[in-house]
Amino acid sequence: MKPRHKRFVLVGVGIAGLALSATLVLSAFQKNLVFFYTPSQVFAKEAPVGKSFRIGGLVENGSLKREADGVTVQFVVTDTAKSIPVYYRGILPDLFKEGKGVVTEGRLAPDGTFHADEVLAKHDENYMPPAAQEAINEAKANTAAQSLVMPPKGK
Amino acid sequence: MSTRKRFSWYYFSSPQSFYPLAGALQPWCAALAVLFCGVGLYISFFVAPTDATQGEAYRIIFIHVAAAWMSMFLYLVMGFWSGVGLVLNTRLSSMVATALAPTGALFTFIALWTGALWGKPTWGTWWVWDARLTSELILLFLYIGFIALQGAIDDQRRADKAGAVLALVGVINVPIIYFSVKWWSTLHQGASVSLTSAPTMAKTMLLGMLIMALGFWMYSIAATLARVRCVILERERHTDWVAAEIDGLA
Repeated sequence: MKPRHKRFVLVGVGIAGLALSATLVLSAFQKNLVFFYTPSQVFAKEAPVGKSFRIGGLVENGSLKREADGVTVQFVVTDTAKSIPVYYRGILPDLFKEGKGVVTEGRLAPDGTFHADEVLAKHDENYMPPAAQEAINEAKANTAAQSLVMPPKGK
Repeated sequence: MSTRKRFSWYYFSSPQSFYPLAGALQPWCAALAVLFCGVGLYISFFVAPTDATQGEAYRIIFIHVAAAWMSMFLYLVMGFWSGVGLVLNTRLSSMVATALAPTGALFTFIALWTGALWGKPTWGTWWVWDARLTSELILLFLYIGFIALQGAIDDQRRADKAGAVLALVGVINVPIIYFSVKWWSTLHQGASVSLTSAPTMAKTMLLGMLIMALGFWMYSIAATLARVRCVILERERHTDWVAAEIDGLA
């Protein structure tokens, strides 16, 4: 082997070793790398107890209520399987909307409600003009109406 | 043995023959960069439609995503040339790696900064410590670390070697940045454009973004070529051809 072949093998083995150790470290810290927990994870007691953490999901349609003082809001975060009621006092981000993604940080009260200190909107990776969005909504509404008339077999 | 003169890639691996090639290519790349960025920005601001959910705020995507792509890609290129320099002991490879680092750091900074400007009106925060944002910040530190490490060692060969090892170690971070939004739950949204699935954005928006990315490519090449010419002159200053070159300039 020429010296440059030796160096090539050395560099290759070094990178492979690093990649392997990085994979092991990251999979070991998998649980600590999540930015938020889903309501299902919270119900499965995977979320930390007694300290602040984040939950993420969709704001349930029709769940947003504003109290008379104008700054206290309550809404329900859902991952469509489980949901958690959230109480928050503060300003909501512009993109906060029912049916859209949300990540909120706070503590879980003993009664199962979540008292948030911070609410962030999580948007998706779809970008389209308003007309296209309307077309999609309409198509969805149509399929929903059809499925009401003719429920699919097996359900 | 044939005496016919053959084109060889190795010919341009010597700094002396690469120097004029870089000088010849550089203005063309710079001109293309101006052209693509001009067209790209025009599409971004005047042609692309308003987004249904985010309104006009989404338009920062045209700079943000293109810069983030460049920041990761340039690191891979820097890692590649560092590796070549380390294995083959070719001086020009290390010089190219040195020349790439500031441009890469610039694009990483732009990606982080425009991301913050985008995050405030949409998410409601400038910064969060989620996997995507944190790993991109680490990328900036890797670039700065590479520049600092090379600058801190006086012996050029040792500086190149130390920098190359750091650059190669940091390459691990690039797939982590790219896949972070898939592997972990993050506040950052997933990729709109990928090799494996259809893009999830309107065609004109995609076009604007791709042309901006081309513009950033051309800028990166032009800036790197200009910088590598300076690095060559500086490191080869004791040679006759550089002395002749400088005499020619004066």
